[in-house]
Parts: sequence; C-alpha cells; structure tokens
Amino acid sequence: MSERMEALAAQVAARLGGRATRAKSIASEVTFECEPPALLEVCRTLRDADDLRFDLLADLCGVDYLDFGRDEWKTRSATETGFSRGVNRRPASYEAESHPAQRFAVVYHLLSIAHNRRLRLRCWIENREPPMVDSVVDIWPAANWFEREAFDLYGILFRGHPDLRRILTDYGFIGHPFRKDFPVSGNVEVRYDPEKKRVVYEPVSIEPRTLVPKVIRHDHRYEPALHDRPAGAGAAVPGQVGAATPKSGG
Amino acid sequence: MSEIRNFTLNFGPQHPAAHGVLRLVLELDGEVIQKADPHIGLLHRATEKLAETKPWNQSIPYMDRLDYVSMMCNEHAYVQAIEKLLGIEPPERALYIRTMFDEVTRILNHLMWLGAHGLDIGAMTMFLYCFREREDLMDCYEAVSGTRMHAAYYRVGGVHRDLPDTMPKYQPSKFRSKKEIDRLNEARSGGLLDFIWDFTERFPKAVDEYETLLTDNRIWKQRTVNIGVVSPERAIALGFTGPVLRGSGIAWDLRKKQPYAKYAEMDFDIPVGVNGDCYDRYLVRVEELRQSNRIVRQCVEWLRQNPGPVMVDDRKVRPPRRVEMKGDMESLIHHFKLYTEGYTVPEGESYGAVEAPKGEFGVYVVSDGANKPYRVKCRAPGFPHLAAMDELVRGHMLADVVAVIGTLDIVFGEIDR
Repeated sequence: MSERMEALAAQVAARLGGRATRAKSIASEVTFECEPPALLEVCRTLRDADDLRFDLLADLCGVDYLDFGRDEWKTRSATETGFSRGVNRRPASYEAESHPAQRFAVVYHLLSIAHNRRLRLRCWIENREPPMVDSVVDIWPAANWFEREAFDLYGILFRGHPDLRRILTDYGFIGHPFRKDFPVSGNVEVRYDPEKKRVVYEPVSIEPRTLVPKVIRHDHRYEPALHDRPAGAGAAVPGQVGAATPKSGG
Repeated sequence: MSEIRNFTLNFGPQHPAAHGVLRLVLELDGEVIQKADPHIGLLHRATEKLAETKPWNQSIPYMDRLDYVSMMCNEHAYVQAIEKLLGIEPPERALYIRTMFDEVTRILNHLMWLGAHGLDIGAMTMFLYCFREREDLMDCYEAVSGTRMHAAYYRVGGVHRDLPDTMPKYQPSKFRSKKEIDRLNEARSGGLLDFIWDFTERFPKAVDEYETLLTDNRIWKQRTVNIGVVSPERAIALGFTGPVLRGSGIAWDLRKKQPYAKYAEMDFDIPVGVNGDCYDRYLVRVEELRQSNRIVRQCVEWLRQNPGPVMVDDRKVRPPRRVEMKGDMESLIHHFKLYTEGYTVPEGESYGAVEAPKGEFGVYVVSDGANKPYRVKCRAPGFPHLAAMDELVRGHMLADVVAVIGTLDIVFGEIDR
C-alpha cells in the first residue's frame, strides 16, 4: 500500500514542481498542500496530466484551524489541583492568545477512476476577512454545491463561483455556523409570539456548557504495545497485544 | 398580443414524491422544465459540528441518522476512518460481520428505494412486496443491536457484540392463530445466522417477483427509459458514484476497486448499465440485490465455521468486560475513563470510504490528538447527485421530475446532514 502511495507522491511532486508541497499523512494516504495563487493551475494539472488523471472530485470541504491543538482541560496541572467542574469554552485570555498563521483551509479529496488512486489537496487561505480562494467549478463541476456548502458553513468565498448562495442553513441566517467561534447552541432562537401573531427571533436562552471537555494527551500512560503507535504504522497483531496486557490490579 | 411567460412552480418541501423535505423551485415552459433549483437544508442538524463536541465513540449513533435507510454503512465509514488513524485492525470475524451487515443494509436500502420509487411512478404493489422482505431484515438488525433502524452496532476496533444464538419470536396473541404463529416462528427457531440463511434462500424468488412486476412492464418502461440520461464522462465530472455512476456504464465499485473489510475474499459481480437512464439504474440496483444476497451467503458460511473475538483486544479502545471490572481495579478505571473522557486519537487526518448503497460514503476526520474529533466531514453520495438535478431534468416533463428524484435515491438525512 505504502509503496503505491510513495510512487503516487513522487509522480505528483514531479508534475507540480514547487507549486505544491507534500504534507504529513498516514501511510495509506497522500496529502499535498498549496497556496491559493497556484490552486487552479495545480488542480488543472492533477486532472489533466496523463499519469494523474484525478477526474472525480469526491469531496470538498472547509476546515477552521482556530482551535487546533488547544485543549479545554490541562491534564498536567489538573493532576496537582484537580479538575474544575465547569469549563468555560472561551477563557478570558483567549483573545490574547496567538491565532494560527492561517486559519482556514479548503480540503479537496480527489479520486482517479483511471488509476484507482486517491489524493488529498489542502489549500491554505491567507488570514483576512472574508477568506477567499478561487473556485474549481470550471475544473470539476461537482464542486458547485460543495463550495456553496463551504461558503455557508465557514464563510469562505470562492472567486468565480457561478451561484454562491447559502445552501444548508435557513433563509436569512446570519453567521457561519461551523466556524470554531460560533457557539453550538447558535445565537438566536425562535418562538411563536401570540401577541405579534408571528414567529420571532430572540437571543438564545441556553447557557453554553461543555459535556465532555476536550483533552489532548501526549503522555504514554500505557504499555507501548498498546498505545501511541505512530498512525498507520501497521495493524497490531491481536495475540501480541493480548499477551502484553498485564493485570496490574489496582 | 399577450405576453408568454414561464411559470414558476414550487415543489415541496412537503411532497410525497420528494422523498423527505426537498423544496424544488421549477421553472416551466408549459409542462417542460426549463430550470430546477433544489433548496435543501430543511433537515440540517449540524451533525458534523455536534460530532466535534463529543468523544469519538459518541458520534457513531449520529452516523445512523445520516442516511437513515443504510445505517450500518455510514457507521462503517466513520469507524474505518478512526481505525486508520489509530492504526488498529479489527479481528477477522468482526470484518466478516461488517461485510455481512453492509450487504444486509444494501438490500434494505434497495428495497426501500424500489418500493418508494415504484410508488412514486404508479406501481403500488411494489411497495407492499418490498416491505414484506424488508421486515425480516429489520428483525436481523433488531436481533443484533436491539433496534430496528439506528443500530449503533459498529465500534472502533470491531463490532459491539457477537451474533446472537437466538432470534426473538412471535408471541401468542388473539389476533393471530397458533398455526400462523408457528409458521412465522419456524425460521426463528435457530440463531441469527440460521434466520439470515433462510432469508437468502427465499430472497432470490422474491426478486424474481419484483421483476415480473416491473422489468417488462410497459408503463414502467415508458416512465423510465430515456429519462434522466447521463453520459459516463459527465457522470464522473459531476461526482457521481454508486449505482448512478454504474448505470452510465462505468464499472466503478469500491468493494472491488479498493476492497475494505472482507470484500476481497467475496465472489460477486458488478452490474453496469448501458444508456445511463432511469431504467438502467433500476436494472443495476435490482441486480445488486441478487449480488448482495450472494455475498451475505458467503459470509454466513464463514461465520458459522469460525467463532472468535469480534473486538480488538486493545485496552485503549475496547472497554473491559463486565466480569473483569468486578475484580480488577485497573479494568474499572479503564471503563470509567473510556466512557467519560473516551480514547484519544493521534494527531492526523484520514478519509474512510465505503461503497454505501447510494454510492461512495466517505468520512474525513481531522484529529488534533484529543478525545474528540477536530473536524468530521461526511461525504454523502446523494449530495452531488442532487446537485446535478437541474442538469438531469432540464427539457423533461414535469412528471419526469418525480422519476428522476426517485432514480437518484435521495435521502435527506445524508444530504442535509
């Protein structure tokens, strides 16, 4: 599997030259990254080059990297002090913390029917509001609705898109709900007002709360055979894992 | 001279032929469609955003509710994506169970589709026939997971539990005679595998029955032949997958091309269409019913002979057994941590794709090393299919819109997510 992936990565790198760089990925997948100015050219090469022929756009989605790697419970300090019960999703110090250099990315999942291979392409968008990137509708018509969805949920504008309207949210919806700074409970709620005899919008009355705090663990608490295998390093042999599970008995 | 204008018609969002909550704004010239603009999102529940707020395991039941007529296939894509990141491989028996239930799900989905599609364009009997067989498969779901639809049966590292040795039976009641109850319970006297085996014996005859009603039916052909034609090149460009792509003559099936679970060991064929119209897609799906039946039989034969674990023996993801927890503190701690905090998945990203009954269902997950996914994106096969609606119905008659919606096998759970 991984040899095929390496061959594919070499082919793509040779075709794209310096316009895209290979990113870290698990062994059974290949990911490339590019900057917005090169996007259209990269996509066209990926679709048209004879040894690549990525003619089917399987998926296109936006990703918001605002909270990437930021946990809600610090496990190390909590070992000494204990965990707090409630968790503020946005601590006061939050605004002062540094934002990621590039917050939004658009991820393309490509499939080559001719060569039976997949490729992931990520295009980082420079930090500005609104985030903007070129549309690939002319290259893969399938991108039309996918881009509308990414616009609706993340507010990413696609330059050259023929019909960039909201798609999943309600008519007249305000905001882009999948952004990490958009609360899960939303900003407005609706109810029927018997006096006005119509449905009215009001600010939400739901208190934001976290049911399970986000915890990132880098420690190696378990036997190495059980845990923290590098991703894609191959399947564990079930027998071995079982044998390496000693009962420590409290 | 009076001015002639196009007529704009609102179709849905509550329309029996819309297969859910689809609002179509149609622009008509007489009875001919000039433009179709589907408005979707009426069933949007932000599944992907909710998944970001919960530990990895707790989102498995959400997956059932995406494409709610092919439940286990959605779960499969999700757990597969996580397994790729964790680098674990479920035991063989679990993979066979998954293969079997993926195919049971495919039959469930296609029966639902065939019944509803038939009903839409005037074949009432199909609906009754299809639901007769569907009921048996729903019972299989219930036997293995406790629920008829939203199973939440697959787990990261395997499946929740092994196949049961007994099937639930019909109880005596005043509405049914003893003789009838005995007849109904006859196939249920053994375990789940015996029940499924008995079903696969009966099912090909049932498919023959469906075909006698439709395949050479003059009205059926008038409604489907040469309706919604897609060329193979266009089908790829529009991102079609599954029976809609195969109906256009492209032999693309992830079960053959990028085998997952135990499909590499299975003997089955991929039907393809020729013309890429509604009728060909119907033929493809009916043949898939027969092929799925074949796969299910092969799985039953293997599963009967090979008992074994159905969950990976990795304490990082498998909750300890009840009996271990009674005497072992470490197991109790593991159980507590797994059901409160959950397991953490190494930083990275992966894309798990399965050949769901409707096409390629993929789940793209991004992890930042936490106990919750950082981003989950479900690639629903119906989404690009419905996106091409405008192109498919342009120039057709109003009545053909219903045939095209039916042939695309649209379910709003997955399109709106």
